[in-house]
Amino acid sequence: MADTGADIPIRRVDGAATPDGDGDGVRRRDFINIAAVSAAGVGGLAVLYPLISQMAPSADVLAESTTEVDVSAIEAGQAIKAIFRKQPLFVRRLTPQEIEEANAVPVGSLRDPATLADRTKPGHLDLLVTMGVCTHLGCVPLGAGEGENRGEYGGYFCPCHGSHYDTAARIRKGPAPTNLVVPDYEFTSDTTIVVG
Amino acid sequence: MSFPWAKEYQPRTGLTRWIDEKLPLPRLVYNAVGAGYPVPRNLNYMWNFGVLAGFCLVLQIVTGVVLAMHYAANTEVAFASVEHIMRDVNWGWLMRYAHANGASFFFVVIYLHIFRGLFYASYKAPREMIWILGVVIFLLMMATAFMGYVLPWGQMSFWGAKVITGLFGAIPLVGESIQVWLLGGFAPDNAALNRFYSLHFLLPFIIAGTVILHIWALHIPGSSNPTGVEIKSESDTVPFHPYYTVKDGFGLGVFLLVFLTFVFFLPNALGHPDNYIEANPLSTPAHIVPEWYFWPFYAILRAFTVDFILSAQLWGVIAMFSAILLWFFLPWLDRSPVRSGHYRPLFRKFFWFGLIPAMAVLFYAGGAPAEEPYVMLSQIATAYYFLHFLVILPIISAMETPEPLPYSITEAVLSSDKKPVLGENTAPAT
Amino acid sequence: MIRLVSIFVGLGFAFVALFALGNGVVSAITEPVSKPPEYKFHLHPRQVNFSFEGPFARWDLAQLQRGYKVYKEVCAACHSLNYVAFRNLAQLGYDEGQVRAEAASWQVPGIDPQTGEATTRPGLPTDNFPSPYPNDVAAAAANNNAIPPDLSLITKARHDGADYVYSLLVGYADPATFQVDGQTIQQAAPEFTTGPGLHFNPYFPNLNIAMAPPLTSKGQVTFDDGTEATISQMSQDVAAFLMWTAEPSLIHRKQTGWAALGFVLFATVLAYLAKQQIWAPVKPEKARRRRAGNA
Repeated sequence: MADTGADIPIRRVDGAATPDGDGDGVRRRDFINIAAVSAAGVGGLAVLYPLISQMAPSADVLAESTTEVDVSAIEAGQAIKAIFRKQPLFVRRLTPQEIEEANAVPVGSLRDPATLADRTKPGHLDLLVTMGVCTHLGCVPLGAGEGENRGEYGGYFCPCHGSHYDTAARIRKGPAPTNLVVPDYEFTSDTTIVVG
Repeated sequence: MSFPWAKEYQPRTGLTRWIDEKLPLPRLVYNAVGAGYPVPRNLNYMWNFGVLAGFCLVLQIVTGVVLAMHYAANTEVAFASVEHIMRDVNWGWLMRYAHANGASFFFVVIYLHIFRGLFYASYKAPREMIWILGVVIFLLMMATAFMGYVLPWGQMSFWGAKVITGLFGAIPLVGESIQVWLLGGFAPDNAALNRFYSLHFLLPFIIAGTVILHIWALHIPGSSNPTGVEIKSESDTVPFHPYYTVKDGFGLGVFLLVFLTFVFFLPNALGHPDNYIEANPLSTPAHIVPEWYFWPFYAILRAFTVDFILSAQLWGVIAMFSAILLWFFLPWLDRSPVRSGHYRPLFRKFFWFGLIPAMAVLFYAGGAPAEEPYVMLSQIATAYYFLHFLVILPIISAMETPEPLPYSITEAVLSSDKKPVLGENTAPAT
Repeated sequence: MIRLVSIFVGLGFAFVALFALGNGVVSAITEPVSKPPEYKFHLHPRQVNFSFEGPFARWDLAQLQRGYKVYKEVCAACHSLNYVAFRNLAQLGYDEGQVRAEAASWQVPGIDPQTGEATTRPGLPTDNFPSPYPNDVAAAAANNNAIPPDLSLITKARHDGADYVYSLLVGYADPATFQVDGQTIQQAAPEFTTGPGLHFNPYFPNLNIAMAPPLTSKGQVTFDDGTEATISQMSQDVAAFLMWTAEPSLIHRKQTGWAALGFVLFATVLAYLAKQQIWAPVKPEKARRRRAGNA
């Protein structure tokens, strides 16, 4: 752009010719070019927005992000697998013995300190709702199904890399960094929870 | 490239110098569409459409890759997956409308680009290869557009696939086997839909490759110009950047204004309502037509209604393909020593009063129902179309006397304000 | 040589095309085609002024809610709405609770959790509208072999969309008395009949539609907002509702369009000014003035 030469009469925006080499004109000319290139740049960035957001979850996926689970049929010592956001959700009814075991552990000794009460709803200490997704690398731990290996601490055991979870689904041994995640949920009645 | 006064790429920083040594890609771009490519200074706005076509190709690839993330090529769900894109995917409607209308606008741009090439005889030596590659691109585009139109699996998709593959069925002896082979079945179904999807994804990249060859071939002789006079000196040219980048940028803005008006306010104006009905192999829509950009060739196909030695069906198919394939021979059919239609009085008359009306009629008749008077009109236009390229052009180009050409591009530019200035054309203007 | 071949080929194609033309002309003269009665009696849809038309469009939410009610109480008996989910009703101005209640008022196909058998359950917002028939065969059997089309996209699948739907609903007529240019269809085309199970409607392409007039009396639907439910009102409302089902993003699209066009216009003006400035020195009169100045 520089080769347009300063010795050429410059046409001002208002159409009148200005004397050669008018400093104001040069600045005005640069301004127009910079503005035009910037506008193109802003337009390009604006186009990026829909191009990026189209990869975010679509409306139908977002609409399915709550799951209703009927927990009335789960007996103490049993667990069921439900599906929440296309991932397994474990709902376990703890036995009094499992509750006791969980409460017996000194919280300070845990890798990810939390009490059983922290991880359940008030008045429903026996109902443990967690994601069935190992916090290490996302495998589904064993222990929710009948007769599956529940690990050294009687909760869940992830066979991929050997993470052991206790009866409150807290990490006790193995590579997983945190406890199994407790999703947001609430009781809509005594027998029904809504997750998400 | 071939001009001694072309500016040379000068890397300014250490990093660009380092890159230039290892991989001179910036240098390549600089010489191709930067300040290192000298371009005739007298190009008019008809020379915008090459860059616009490139823009359309990028637009189609970008929106197409996005749509491919959400589309499912299975006859059970294809139609529903398009509705999923339209309703649930974030900005999905924008992506689909931009892609569907983008195809139409790509053809608008390409037709204007071809029109430019025909009027200014840009196909003439030494630019034959550019023209041939361009015709190849056009054929690839038609194949890509046809297969893309099948993907939504609407009524027009299905019957379009059936009718177009039926064209190959017209070939004697082997036609039916070819049609069954193309479809992977006896009617369009999953096999056809999946291969069309695969090829619809592949072909644009082949087009992109051919475009690179097209531009490469363009840089051997350099761009043509409205006078058709070759570049003689530096004063005939300006560097592509910034002169034509800014001019093409302005042209792109105007193009986008029209294009976006369609995308946002008339997104279905160029489509057909029947394609919002899911494919039904048991019922053909009352009036099937291809997309508008195929209409001239569809009119030629339908113009042959009477058996004459060969069957009418076969005549139609041969004529339709020949109508495009004859473009490959244009550089050798046009014998005129002069390129530009501006200096060819007879050529110009046949161009404006023969070819353009014939094309208009073919466009119109191709989209109209197969009844009179549209069939008769398309028969007259079809006859003229072939006569124009194969008979009139070779004859008039050999016999007409061209008007005097300007000595050089510079002279043409400087005399354009009707004040002759002696000796102007010898001095460099920039 | 190539030019000789080309002239020969060109004359060949032109000859065959003109030969076909001659044949066409002869047959057009000797056996003129009589046009079927649709040509004269098929009417172009009436124009309705809908709020979603034009560049400054908006949804009339009250109208869409009324139209939804017409669909639910009348159309849904035979027509599905496959691509619309109950959650989409939130766009019509219903709050979450209303959407949930509305969804629950429809029975959708489900599976008995105890036995695994097919059953129905109340709809959830995430469900799509259920189809009135389990499959096309059932739909055809119940409707004299004419499958009622899905209505989700009907206004985009017909020319003149919502205007067509409106015209069709109000357009039923008696073929004996219906006149165009003072002529009844019996006078123009004595062979024209409306067969059993068919209904005369000049807005339908072949004039005979299998659907019986669905909106037949004033007040057939009771509108919650007190709007008088005339046949014309109900038809307009349901046509508007079906435009929404076909293109829920319509208003968002047009609004985005203004922003996009405004910005591109601004950028194009800037590009034009930049182009004028960059080209000024090489424009002919500029170049001459420059040389004159240097001389």
